[in-house]
Amino acid sequence: MRRIKPAGGINRRTLLRGTLQGAAVSVALPFLDIFLNTNGDAMAATGAPLPRRFGTWFFGCGMNPLRWDPMTEGADWELTPELAPVESMREHMNILSGFSVLLDGEANQVHRTGVFGALCGGAPKTTDSVEGPTLDVLVSDEIGTRTRFRSLEMAATGKAKHSNSLRDVSSVNPAEPSPLGLYTRIFGAGFADPNAAEFTPDPNVLLRKSALSIVAEDRRRLERQLGASDRARLDQYFTAVRQLERQLELQMKKPPPLEACSIPSAPVDNALDSQIDNVMTNHSLMAQTLALALACDQTRVFNMQFSDRASSLRMPGSTDTHHTLTHEEPRDPELGYQPKATVFVQKSMEAWTHFAQTLHAVPEGNGTLLDNCLVMAHSETSEANTHSVLGLPFMTAGKAGGRLRTGLHVSGVGDSASRVGLTMQQAMGLNVGQWGTDQNRTDRPISEILI
Amino acid sequence: MDNLSKLVICAVLIALLGCDSGGADATGGPLTMRRLTADQYRNAIADAFGHAVEVSGRFEPDNRRDGLNAIGASLVAITPSGFEQYEAMARTIADQVTSVELRDDILPCSPAAADTVDDECTAQIVSQIGRILLRRPLTDEDVQARVDAAALATVERQDYFAGLRLALVSLMTAPNFLFRIEEATPAALPEQPERLQLTDLSLASKLSYFLWNRGPDETLLAAAENGELSNPQALARQVDRMLASGYLADGVRAYFEDVLRFDLFDDLDKDVANYPLFSAGMANDAKEQTLRYITEQLLDGDGDYRTLFTSREIPMTRSLGPIYGVPVRTVEGWEAAILPTTQARAGLLSHASFAMLFSHPGRSSPTLRGVFMREALLCQTIPEAPADVDFTQFVQDVAIEHKTARDRLEVHSTQASCNKCHVLTDPIGLALENLDGIGKFRRTENQSPIDTSGDFDGVGFTDAVELGQAFADNDLVSACLVQNMYRYAVGRKQTNSERPLLRYLESAFAEQGHQLPALMRNIATSEAFRTATGLDTATAKVKSRSNDNGRQETGGSNAT
Repeated sequence: MRRIKPAGGINRRTLLRGTLQGAAVSVALPFLDIFLNTNGDAMAATGAPLPRRFGTWFFGCGMNPLRWDPMTEGADWELTPELAPVESMREHMNILSGFSVLLDGEANQVHRTGVFGALCGGAPKTTDSVEGPTLDVLVSDEIGTRTRFRSLEMAATGKAKHSNSLRDVSSVNPAEPSPLGLYTRIFGAGFADPNAAEFTPDPNVLLRKSALSIVAEDRRRLERQLGASDRARLDQYFTAVRQLERQLELQMKKPPPLEACSIPSAPVDNALDSQIDNVMTNHSLMAQTLALALACDQTRVFNMQFSDRASSLRMPGSTDTHHTLTHEEPRDPELGYQPKATVFVQKSMEAWTHFAQTLHAVPEGNGTLLDNCLVMAHSETSEANTHSVLGLPFMTAGKAGGRLRTGLHVSGVGDSASRVGLTMQQAMGLNVGQWGTDQNRTDRPISEILI
Repeated sequence: MDNLSKLVICAVLIALLGCDSGGADATGGPLTMRRLTADQYRNAIADAFGHAVEVSGRFEPDNRRDGLNAIGASLVAITPSGFEQYEAMARTIADQVTSVELRDDILPCSPAAADTVDDECTAQIVSQIGRILLRRPLTDEDVQARVDAAALATVERQDYFAGLRLALVSLMTAPNFLFRIEEATPAALPEQPERLQLTDLSLASKLSYFLWNRGPDETLLAAAENGELSNPQALARQVDRMLASGYLADGVRAYFEDVLRFDLFDDLDKDVANYPLFSAGMANDAKEQTLRYITEQLLDGDGDYRTLFTSREIPMTRSLGPIYGVPVRTVEGWEAAILPTTQARAGLLSHASFAMLFSHPGRSSPTLRGVFMREALLCQTIPEAPADVDFTQFVQDVAIEHKTARDRLEVHSTQASCNKCHVLTDPIGLALENLDGIGKFRRTENQSPIDTSGDFDGVGFTDAVELGQAFADNDLVSACLVQNMYRYAVGRKQTNSERPLLRYLESAFAEQGHQLPALMRNIATSEAFRTATGLDTATAKVKSRSNDNGRQETGGSNAT
């Protein structure tokens, strides 16, 4: 349990100015206990608990297990060459090594099995199927329906297609491919500053909602002659309509004040492609916008793609991509690994650390935004050269609002990656005891990190 | 096609090939529900409101299945963020339509006063615009719901157009606008109780999206509303009228944009240090060049599909001149050019569009090019590389002395596990190595001469021109076009009972001089096109590869 630090208490008091007026001076510090629920979770000014958020952070083409996997477990895990960049944030992270997608007799579909096996709890059976939904969609069904955006998908590589988030194979949630587009979507029209003194609902919102209610009436007539899969697709359409209706309902009332919320300035335009410098810049800009979107409670679920499956990252002027290097670059006999390909592993770990730092930089409650988040970083392979889905690299950042221990390395020694996914769901408060299919089904969360 | 010409063709074909007379009469497969593509959405907005209205916004990515986005369109749904975009686009369009500058030109009536309710005018606008957008006459309830909601909003805001905008947005976000949902009635044939007959309105949409990539025009819609399309002669007249229309070029372009995977242009990524000639404008010209070439060859010219692979005629812009080594006089716009015989390049396979799409950001890729030719142009399936492929051989082979792609790919042909697939892709891919990663002609790579000779399914060639000729001469190329065109038209793979129809279409295509419009006519007037069995595309689902595996975008497992 965290304790209230005096400094934190005083900070929080400032936001009460509007409601408590001058009375603040007479309030003794213990009064601030009302900001903690019985679990000791920090509360927002309205008395509601601070929101908890879940996100995934994806990097393509994995790592070199011999240089990435820590050799020692627990809190004092020994830093490895490829994890060196996370050093400054290790207290806020967990390293989960050794967890694998068990193939269950299915073919290892290159650059697919590792990612969807981990996100959906089982190896995909055919090259055009996925047994959705992905982990983030499961979580957003639980915690994402009362915010303006059910979830936000982002791709630092500048392509809307670079998304792993899907309800089923017919509905892949497209990624926002540009930092400016992301910013405009969140902080442009339709954004209401929770901390603004005045709130004037936009009269157009009511009209927009009214247009949607006409659309929703079409349902029964259309369903008449549809087969099962087309009816499911139409259902998804109507779910999307409902989500927008909810979004509009939220815009009609004054949002509760949020101390951590502030409005960033619009990011500058930057080239959108897979050249590494541009990806690093765009990733950083997106992370910044996302952090404040979370602090302003615009969404509670997000998916960031730093790079795509079969990473298309590249150095300027190079004839290779990260992906082609993993297959074609000779292993340096002295070093024992592919030096050029490994530069991208280093970059990925730097970007991941930067992402966590960006969330950590936003104060919230008596800690930081990151404390109220759970971010799961993962990749589609361990060693990309052989498309290995054994010992995939997983990392988490944040304490999930007090539900997760951090600072640990846990080795899964060949257990199914479903254990990671089950742990994420339980940490996010989902009432789920077992998860995954066939061999990848598990009822064992990673108890070392769950509180 | 009338029965007499059918008989004549069949008689000829029986003599030549043994025509299966049952083929032409096959019943269609399951009904489809297809999401509008970005271009179809834009065309619908232009048809409803004219070209002055701009459509800006982002569409959900297409989903390529069995080689076609047209098949994926029958499988994709609309996600929450996708719908958010549709709603935002609809509002921007409604704002423009009701703007002071445009509304008098676009709307069929003006309200009595700008700040009061005018139900009659609203009803007229909703019925008229709604009929174009939803591709059917609106029911009284459809209209009334919108008139009522618009009236409430008008009173609330004291603005007629605020109410009208609401009504327009509700049309543009309607499920039966964003999806083309086929409807059918039982055909009432005792020998085929499951057989369904598309309604005239569904058939009209299916025809117009196939031939024009847009919704039905007034003539077609009126014919459907009058029940005329159930009559084969009247249907054939409509099809002929549509084939003669200028919109046919839009339909043909849409088909080739799909089958040639031109949606990859949206995500094209090239290293400008390696390719200083590359720019977004140049890439756009390269895409347009191929599409113009196709419509000029197939619709304006003599129209034999096979000449696409051999012609040296090519439309050219100034930005493309240096890629082809052709001087271009026109500063802006297009001029006709002939590819110089000093360079071994001719036909579609030598186009810059193709060369740049199927390459890596920093270099060409014989394997990517070979896979594309096999899959998209020959309708063959190349299996994924095994996940645990042994790359140690390969690694040693990337040594400095291996200067050309052929040297580097040698392991593909010497290792049995690689060779069984790469023997299909690499030789034809290497034939195009004179074209670098953006399609610029070159004779050497890393100062080493490029050898483009090889063998395509038993036919030897020395360079890209001979490979193009070998494609033109290969019957599989035409058969693949027929199959893809049929799948594109119906939005799904063919069912077993439609296979004889494909055989029939292939024979007729050859018989009719490989003319694309004739093939489209045969498909559009076929029994299968207007009939159906089953409600769902899921039943027709078969194992196949999608582009969901990262390969087409990033070069696949060991594509080099």
